[in-house]
Amino acid sequence: MEKRNLIDITDLTSAEIGELVATAEDIIASPAKYAHVCDGKQLATLFFEPSTRTRLSFESAMLSLGGRTLGFSEAMSSSTAKGETVVDTVHTVSCYVDIIAMRHPKEGAPFAAAQRAEVPIINAGDGGHNHPTQTLTDLLTIHREKGRLNDFTIGFCGDLKFGRTVHSLVNALSRQSGIRFVFISPEELRLPDYLKENVLEKNGLAWEETDSLEEAMPKLDILYMTRVQKERFFNEADYIRLKDTYVLTPEKLLPAKSDLCILHPLPRVNEIAVSVDDDPRACYFKQVKNGKFIRMALIMKLLGLKA
Amino acid sequence: MNIDSIQNGVVLDHIQSGKSMDIYKYLHLDQLDCQVAIIKNAKSARMGKKDIIKVDSPMEVDLDVLGYIDPNITVNIIRSGVRTEKKHLALPERLVNVIRCKNPRCITMAEPQLDAIFLLSDREKRVYRCAYCDAEERRSF
Repeated sequence: MEKRNLIDITDLTSAEIGELVATAEDIIASPAKYAHVCDGKQLATLFFEPSTRTRLSFESAMLSLGGRTLGFSEAMSSSTAKGETVVDTVHTVSCYVDIIAMRHPKEGAPFAAAQRAEVPIINAGDGGHNHPTQTLTDLLTIHREKGRLNDFTIGFCGDLKFGRTVHSLVNALSRQSGIRFVFISPEELRLPDYLKENVLEKNGLAWEETDSLEEAMPKLDILYMTRVQKERFFNEADYIRLKDTYVLTPEKLLPAKSDLCILHPLPRVNEIAVSVDDDPRACYFKQVKNGKFIRMALIMKLLGLKA
Repeated sequence: MNIDSIQNGVVLDHIQSGKSMDIYKYLHLDQLDCQVAIIKNAKSARMGKKDIIKVDSPMEVDLDVLGYIDPNITVNIIRSGVRTEKKHLALPERLVNVIRCKNPRCITMAEPQLDAIFLLSDREKRVYRCAYCDAEERRSF
C-alpha cells in the first residue's frame, strides 16, 4: 500500500472525508466491532508543543482500536533538546512504529518530516498553519448536529489569522456546496489573504467580513468560536489588546437561531462564558468526544485497515 | 559601442532594462573565469530598452531560476559562432532552493538545511507559495 499522510485537509478528497465520517458514525454505533482492528500496531504521538485534547484523543483512539501508543509530550524531553532536526527525530521514530501523529510549533514541520518518514504522518497541528484532524472532528460534529455537510451559513469568530483550525475548516468546507462564510474578527486578526484568494475567490464562494458578532448572529446556522492564542503573538501588548474582543454570553445569543450549533476547538479562555455551556446549542464538548471517533477512523484508513 | 561576438557560450537577451545585475547575481556569473559582457539599455524594437548578457563559455543555465526572475528572457546557445538553440522561458511550477521563505514561523527558518520549496500559485499575478507554510512570494517584475 502506498504511504498516505494527512498534512493538509486537502490531502483527503471530499469522498474520503465522507467515508471517514461514515466510519466514525459506525464506530459510535458499534464500538465493539472495532476493538481489535489495530491489534499489534503502534502509534507514536510526537508533541513538540503542549496539547491536552489532541494528544490524548489520538492515544485514546489507538487504544480503543486495540493498538498501543508511545511518544513524548514536549520537545525538551526528546533529542530536539540536543539540537536534532525535526526531520531526523521523526525519521528515527518512524523506524519503531506504524503511524505517527505529530504537533510542532513551526509551520510546515509535518510536511518536512513526511518527506523522510517511513510511515504515515498525521499533522496534529503546525503552528498557526493547519490542524486537519480538528477539521475532521468539526465536520463529524456538524454532520451529527445538522445531518449534512452542505447548505448552511457558518460564522468564524475571533483569531482568524493564526487560527489553524479555521484555516483547515474553511479549506474543507470550500469543497461542499451551498456554504456561506461570515468572518468575524478585528482588523488585525483577519483571515489570511492566501485563503481568500486561493480558496474563497478561486471557487467563487459567498463570503463576507465583519467585526460585529452581534450583526452576524441572526444569520448563522453554525458559530465557530476561537481563542486568541497568546503563543502566536511576538508582542504581548497586541495580545492583551485583542484577547477579549469577543466574549459569547447568553445575552449575545438572544437573536440567534434556535437550532444554531456553537462550536469551539478548545481550549477556551474566556471567549465563551461558562453560562453558555448549558445552552442546548453549545456543542463544543460533543466535539471533544467526536474527536476520538474520527481519529479512530483516520488511523484505520491510513493503515489500510477495516473492521 | 561594439562588443565582440562570442564563439561558444550563451547570450541572454530581452532582459528587462536595469535587471541584468540581478541575473548576474542569481546565476553566480561572478564565479566564472571567462569573459562576461553586460550590456545595459540596448535599443530594442519590442521593448524600447533592454539588457543583454553575453557569456563567452559554454555553461548550463538554470532555466528555472531564470524563468522565475524574468520569463520574458530568451536564452541563445552559441556554438562555433552560430546560434544553435533559442529557448523561451516560462514561470516554473516549482522552485527548489532559489528563494527562501521569509515567514519567521516557517520550519525552513528554524532548520535552514531543508530544501526551500516554492510552488506556483497564481501564474497571472506571478505568485509563489512556500510548500511548507503557504507564505506568499510575489515577483515584482
